[in-house]
Amino acid sequence: MNIVEKILARAAGRDKVSPDDVIFANIDKVMIHDVSGPGVIKVFDKLKKQGINVDKLWDSSKVWVAEDHFVPSADKISAENIVKLQNFTKNYGIEKHFKYGMGQYGICHTLSHEEALVLPGEVYVGGDSHTNTTGALGAFACGLGHTDIAYVLLKGNIWFKVPETLYFKINGNLPDHVMAKDLILKIIGDIGTDGGSYRTMQFGGSGIDEMSVESRLTLCNMTTEAGAKNGIVEPDQKVVDYLTNRGATNIALVSGDADAEYAKIYEYEGSEVEPIIAKPFSPGNTIVVREAPNVDLDKSYIGSCTGAKYEDLEAVAKILKGRKVKIRTEILPAAISIYKRAMENGLLKIFLDAGATIGPPTCGACCGAHMGVLAKDEICISTTNRNFPGRMGHVESQTYLSSPLVAAASAVTGKITDPRDLN
Amino acid sequence: MKGNVIKYERDNIDTDVIIPGQYLKIHDYAELATHAMEGLDPNFHSKVKEGDFILSGRNFGCGSSREHAPIALSHSGIKAVLALSFARIFYRNAVDGAFLLPIEIDEDTYQSISENDEIDIDISSNEIKNITKNQTYKMKPFSEIIGKIIDAGGLFKYKAD
Repeated sequence: MNIVEKILARAAGRDKVSPDDVIFANIDKVMIHDVSGPGVIKVFDKLKKQGINVDKLWDSSKVWVAEDHFVPSADKISAENIVKLQNFTKNYGIEKHFKYGMGQYGICHTLSHEEALVLPGEVYVGGDSHTNTTGALGAFACGLGHTDIAYVLLKGNIWFKVPETLYFKINGNLPDHVMAKDLILKIIGDIGTDGGSYRTMQFGGSGIDEMSVESRLTLCNMTTEAGAKNGIVEPDQKVVDYLTNRGATNIALVSGDADAEYAKIYEYEGSEVEPIIAKPFSPGNTIVVREAPNVDLDKSYIGSCTGAKYEDLEAVAKILKGRKVKIRTEILPAAISIYKRAMENGLLKIFLDAGATIGPPTCGACCGAHMGVLAKDEICISTTNRNFPGRMGHVESQTYLSSPLVAAASAVTGKITDPRDLN
Repeated sequence: MKGNVIKYERDNIDTDVIIPGQYLKIHDYAELATHAMEGLDPNFHSKVKEGDFILSGRNFGCGSSREHAPIALSHSGIKAVLALSFARIFYRNAVDGAFLLPIEIDEDTYQSISENDEIDIDISSNEIKNITKNQTYKMKPFSEIIGKIIDAGGLFKYKAD
């Protein structure tokens, strides 16, 4: 069995599972946030009316809650949703609720790794499509809708069809100025936005072994944009160290068997990957930066679970140090812990000196919610994950997806810029 | 199940056009319905009728896990989406929440059915009758688990303890 089959077999209490088997898997961790949480509450209300007992969760110690999409509260409705969420966690005794304005909080997927909330080998489901991110820690991490999450909260399990696995073997390191974001955009451009549909996308090879945990998180994050059920990297000592540094204990590694089977193997030479962007209006609409259209950008947005981890901010600082931005540039660290480290290490000063605005952790404009959404005809380069019509604001705005290095270089020139070409 | 078809002849209709992100804070289903398909077809809300079907291409519902997407369509009156393929979370949400039927069809069926055609979907025989054109097509049968959850009326009813 490969790693995903092993994790799912364990969770289903079986010796073996194979692709297409339908199983009920026991869940180790579950996450809700300020969009999926109120959805769950609505499902609970409906169940109550049908006479179904919703007084107790299956295990509130396995649940954690993020406030991220519309925070700091964008308006009255989002403020009310936060109050609903707060009452919910109080009523059900959920202790791990990361509240904005009360120490550590941030984007749910960022908290999953910053707070070591999910461990290798676990089955983790979240009420958000980018739950795939956390597979970089060696977990089976999969996004679900709020009816399914409500089911998990009450019963502790959920059905899955065991996915086939696509294996992406990366030979050798990525060159300087090329980031994991470039690699995953290239892969999505190659296989298409449904190229991973219903399947696992697993990453391995020497390029992945050498890659930081945060870069692996970027890869797994955007498996969602290829339609994948989950993304995963076999956990190694780097993951153990990363999680241990964040307080985790009892970490057990898990890996596929020597005779593990994969539906298809794709090979990439790390050295051949170049800075790349996805043009509007699809993450699969890719082109290398040096062939990018000559458009006048209005904004550079550096934020989200995809592109505002500490490593991403470090990359941005490398470009912005001693330079000035030419277009509106917003930088929103993805969690308070990252924000604080960026402050302690001088990154925030570099950003402010360059002229950028620094915002609080939030999903914000990534999903067109608030805090920097785009006007009609505005053109943005962004470290986020999607660029569908209207994704970041007006339906006639445009978003180019890029790595943090490309977004920072483009902020300096006002044009889509390869960081290798910056003077 | 009879209804008229609203056809969007394109692939990758994503959840951001089915229900834009700014409305994710709304959990009033009737209000969500007024914004359904706003990102692609601002006239959708005025033209959709109770019992209508949507017909579209590949990878329908790609993007977010927002259950708001099938909810907004369902509360607009849409009973089924017929598509060449579906994105996984949209498909799962539609079935587990019993909002609408996600029906996979082949390319010929997709080409044959036109906007406003009246069709009759029978999931027990996996047949789609085009009443307007007097044609019959086959839909892809549901997998066993999906068929059972649909028959039960959603995931909670399927495995009620």
